[in-house]
Amino acid sequence: MASAANSGLKPKHQRLVLLVIALVVLIAAALLAIWALRNQASYFYVPSEIVADPPSPDRAVRLGGMVEAGSLRTEPDGVTIAFVVQDGEAQVPVRFSGIVPSLFVEGSGVVAEGKMRADGTFVADNLLAKHDENYVPREMQNMTEKQAKQVVAETQ
Amino acid sequence: MHGFANPARFLRIARWLTPACLVAGLVVTLAALAYGLFAAPADRLMGDTVRILFIHVPAAWLGMAGWTTIAGAGVAELVWRHPLAGIAARAAAVPGAAFTAICLATGSIWGRPTWGTWWVWDGRLTSMLVLLFLYFGYIALADATRGEGGGSGRVAAIFGIVGAINVPIINRSVVWWNSLHQPPSITMGKSAIDAAFLWPLLGATVGFSLLFAGVVLARMRAILADIQAEARLRRKAMARAED
Repeated sequence: MASAANSGLKPKHQRLVLLVIALVVLIAAALLAIWALRNQASYFYVPSEIVADPPSPDRAVRLGGMVEAGSLRTEPDGVTIAFVVQDGEAQVPVRFSGIVPSLFVEGSGVVAEGKMRADGTFVADNLLAKHDENYVPREMQNMTEKQAKQVVAETQ
Repeated sequence: MHGFANPARFLRIARWLTPACLVAGLVVTLAALAYGLFAAPADRLMGDTVRILFIHVPAAWLGMAGWTTIAGAGVAELVWRHPLAGIAARAAAVPGAAFTAICLATGSIWGRPTWGTWWVWDGRLTSMLVLLFLYFGYIALADATRGEGGGSGRVAAIFGIVGAINVPIINRSVVWWNSLHQPPSITMGKSAIDAAFLWPLLGATVGFSLLFAGVVLARMRAILADIQAEARLRRKAMARAED
């Protein structure tokens, strides 16, 4: 009988075994929940997801990726900007009218909130700048790429 | 660990360790923050707003470390019935909640000029807010189910252990899900933070941790003193009843 086998255990060890079993069950439940949430809990879609499965034009979605270098231009009206968001696999042209956050620059991350038009252009009504994990002093930005890489390598 | 099962022995060590932690923490924190706020360079993109890093990151670390303390103490309470475990857990809850609130507030203030928003419901921000609510729940539950010895009781210990599942979720949220918050800058043995920012950040983290330890020790002493005072009052009341 199980209780007979357990009776050989000290109460302290019995509690430890019970707690370990409870923790294993808890972690398994959490992993299942996280696995089920893996798509819903994402804050934005990346361009390759948007291109593969375009959302309907009346649905508000978020598009996140990198602003392609050299793609940013201002329309003749002076307040509308157009740029391309890419994730290395797909590209989505984006249009936005309004004030951009100060960290919004070419080659940096961006999250655009808006709708995907039927013609394949994403019309954003809000832009959020996404900062990357790199923190670099201002003095280093005027260095050549090679110098900067060397400095970064030294800090790693 | 069971050497500290005797509160008198713990109190003897805590008597000098508490001010030592608080003074050292204050000195290290002030030095690191002074360097970070005045001497560290401005960031390439963010400019001077990068300086909020030196408060935001240590506060986030201690918010999570505080809950890890509660969960660890919960295990010690449930398995070994350690008399100080519940007291340590109760003592760590309020400073942990305070650091979590500081992390959320500084993050929000930092997000406005850099991201362009005070708040978004992405994985990192949401899970950190959940941690703050868990702290509130724990504080209320531990106070309501307080045991004879002044500890947190078994119900609160179980709540602390179950709530700990949120800590790795906070840590991994930026890796598992797309989020506005950037991925971790400091990973196993590597840092994407330049040395000019990294050193004051490490200093502030050590300083904040010492302050946290000092506050937890001071609160544990206060809880133990409360228990002693209560026991003394009870004895007096009983002696009077016998007269």
